[in-house]
Amino acid sequence: MQTLSMHVNGSPITLEVEPDASLADVLREQLGLTGTKIACGEGECGACTVLLDGVAVTSCITPAMKAAGRHVQTIEGLGDQREMDVIQQSFADAFASQCGYCTPGFIMATKALLAENPHPTREEIMQGVSGNLCRCTGYYQIVDAIALAAKRLSKEERG
Amino acid sequence: MWEEYIFADTVETALELLARHEGRAQIIAGGTDLFLQNQRGQCAATVVVDITRIPGLGSIVEEDGYIRIGALATHAQIAASPLIREKAAVLAMACSRVGGPQTRNAGTLVGNVVNAQPAADGATALFALDAELQVATADGTRWEPIGRLYRGVGKSAVDPRREMVTAVRFRPLSTGWGSGYQRLARRKALTLPILVAAASLGLEEAEIRAARIAVGPVAPTPFRASDAEEFLVGKAPSDDVFAQAGQLAAAKAQPRESVLRGSTEYRRAMVAVLVRRALAQALDGCQGRR
Repeated sequence: MQTLSMHVNGSPITLEVEPDASLADVLREQLGLTGTKIACGEGECGACTVLLDGVAVTSCITPAMKAAGRHVQTIEGLGDQREMDVIQQSFADAFASQCGYCTPGFIMATKALLAENPHPTREEIMQGVSGNLCRCTGYYQIVDAIALAAKRLSKEERG
Repeated sequence: MWEEYIFADTVETALELLARHEGRAQIIAGGTDLFLQNQRGQCAATVVVDITRIPGLGSIVEEDGYIRIGALATHAQIAASPLIREKAAVLAMACSRVGGPQTRNAGTLVGNVVNAQPAADGATALFALDAELQVATADGTRWEPIGRLYRGVGKSAVDPRREMVTAVRFRPLSTGWGSGYQRLARRKALTLPILVAAASLGLEEAEIRAARIAVGPVAPTPFRASDAEEFLVGKAPSDDVFAQAGQLAAAKAQPRESVLRGSTEYRRAMVAVLVRRALAQALDGCQGRR
């Protein structure tokens, strides 16, 4: 076991991890943050997407030790059922979820996309979440949701 | 199985750590391939030396007549670099097609070469740029042409238990040069290619002075279509000449019969098409149309 110190959703945390553990496993199994989903487990589907210092990565193939001294943001760091953040609310309002398993990954990929490009075109949205797979929705509602979130966020910004 | 995960803060420290563990330690950068190899029991190392926190190893600069890309530059950084987009478009295009955004954020171009897969987008583009890689060992550093670093499928001449690549460099594609990148795959993202073709062309007074064509995966290592390259030199560029070059490249390509990638016949026919298109795209670049 090795000692890992990192920030998770803003809080500092230190714990013992296996040197070959994935960040996804540490988040889910050791920290109980099961909002991060593991689907393919091979970095091919994006369900496990989290932000590492603001950059979207697939946590299932990210060694947990790479988070040492870094800031990790997971879906739990956005909002909860009582108070969802703008992206979560937009996914709900646009019916961008069916089974929901891919949704946290899509939302975290969206978070990274909109931070870099607050006014994406539809094509840019599709590029931005091209690392995330959904087997239910057919993607149209997801793209709608992201466009809606971008619109709401830019309104918020303008006040 | 990894028993220890260590961050190196300098290249020297990384090499020392490798030496101290006598073959049981291995370099890790983005880890997008190595992490899975370890999970599948395909990584013999028990100690991994993470180089991603070595300062200054991720820069993308033009100096002394070369474009130099540090070992830590990710596919995302290279694809977005204005310098690479302007003076090595083939590499920017290739890096933008690897995996999905998350993979490109973590995976490095140098890792793409050291992993030595023949279907590697970035590495294939580097073949079309005549790139060299800087290998650091305990005895000093040396520059190696990319073609000398491949020993077979997944087998690099660089031994990550003894040495590490610190940079890649190549001549910028200046005025009169252009490059093209063509990728055939089942989907637009998150999929390995059925075929890729990378080309760069140097034009002078409406005549081809230099041509480099790389194709993958049609052989155990990325493949330079030297017959087609030689054929092109001295010719005036035209659709017909590019089609003939495509045929020459296809004649030498040895694509395997593959359930995932298609039949040998299909893929050989597609080599001709992709090479022709990559050359046409490169010509647009020569003439300043992109």
